[in-house]
Amino acid sequence: MLRQSLRSVRSVAKAHGARAMSSYTLPPLPYELGALEPVVNTEIMTLHHGKHHATYVANLNAAMEKYAEAEAKKDVAAMIALQGAIKFNGGGHVNHSIFWTNLCAPKDVVAPAEASPELAKMIDAQWGSLDAFKTEFNTKTAAVQGSGWGWLGYDKAAKKLAIATCANQDPLSTTGLTPLLGIDVWEHAYYLQYKNVRPEYLKQVWQVVNWKNVAERFKAASA
Amino acid sequence: MYSKAFFLASIAVAANAFAPSFLGGRLSLRQGAPTSAVSMKIELPPLPYEYTALEPKISKTTLTIHHDKHHAKYVNVANQMIEGTEMENDDCETIFMKAHKDGNVGLFNNAAQAWNHAFYWESMKSGGGGKPTGDIATQIEKDFGSYDKFKEEFSTAGNTAFGSGWAWLSWDGKKLVVDKTIGAGNPITDGKKPVLTMDVWEHAYYVDYQNMRGDYVNTFLDELVNWDNVNEVFAKAK
Repeated sequence: MLRQSLRSVRSVAKAHGARAMSSYTLPPLPYELGALEPVVNTEIMTLHHGKHHATYVANLNAAMEKYAEAEAKKDVAAMIALQGAIKFNGGGHVNHSIFWTNLCAPKDVVAPAEASPELAKMIDAQWGSLDAFKTEFNTKTAAVQGSGWGWLGYDKAAKKLAIATCANQDPLSTTGLTPLLGIDVWEHAYYLQYKNVRPEYLKQVWQVVNWKNVAERFKAASA
Repeated sequence: MYSKAFFLASIAVAANAFAPSFLGGRLSLRQGAPTSAVSMKIELPPLPYEYTALEPKISKTTLTIHHDKHHAKYVNVANQMIEGTEMENDDCETIFMKAHKDGNVGLFNNAAQAWNHAFYWESMKSGGGGKPTGDIATQIEKDFGSYDKFKEEFSTAGNTAFGSGWAWLSWDGKKLVVDKTIGAGNPITDGKKPVLTMDVWEHAYYVDYQNMRGDYVNTFLDELVNWDNVNEVFAKAK
């Protein structure tokens, strides 16, 4: 029945000259809601994934549908007007999809050196040590004004790692870097547990960073 | 230990040091919070009501953290930044306008946020909200068509400030306008005179409403807006 209704929606869309409907979906968490306790609690994960990320997905779909309609009418002004919503909700979807994979239960965490000797070597070469890297990352990320993200990214051109921060839901791609590890510092990511003490959240969150995933992304980016 | 006289004197000094010029230096200071020694730094004004006054719409927990931690931090950081500079004795609005002009983002973010939060506390009251009366009501009808249209525009501003920001009702010299700003943004930098503001940074509502910003915005409009203050500020702005 679902397939039938999807088919009929698609045919309606096609009839209007719109491009075939692409729809974005909320990826499931790779672990239980409580897996990141006590670092990030169940309540936060439930809201963060099930409400915040889900809303970005829903709003992205709505914006893309409107964009398709505008495009079908060659309404450039309308397309431009939608770009803000696409950047915000699309960025939110991209960022959070990466984020969930960047984290894992404390018991599943391995050290960067074990996950990827190459990555660990590069961190040491650029920052002196893993601790020095974390300190710089946390300092820069804590300093994000309002809502945003802290990132470890890969600069493909320079073949180097880089720490960067982005405002709101601007994806790291807007800086030219490839995302390896993102830490969400929108207040919704930590407020219920850490309140205004963002630096404490940043101090603790390293206990749930999934270096295996970061290593996979590094391998793909540096290939 | 402060004597009562010293305490009251320092509050008076603080009120003048802090208060933005177009508000005429008026600030209500009913709750006693120890202020620092007599100096012209930006002060943290006490809430104009008890920490429990806005419950359950805004909880004591939220007001406590929002005022005593977030707002306080902006004040402290701004003061650290102006120490030893020619802005040391300026009031908050002068400081953030200078910072804005100089492109001093760090100082602007903190000084403007100090101003914004003080104005936000004044923008709310227990048993507030709903349709206004007085001059502001007349002006709203004139510039928006109806209170409902204003409410819709103000709600939209609050709900579509993507990220951390503020919704504002301001006097632009000729009419009332609704704006949204991001981060520490304040319409005074555009030459407007704010009469009402609503904080939509997540810390303003997350403990009480979690992700449901829309519910917070509705509650703010229906039950919290201090229209008396809006009328007072509007009278001076016009």
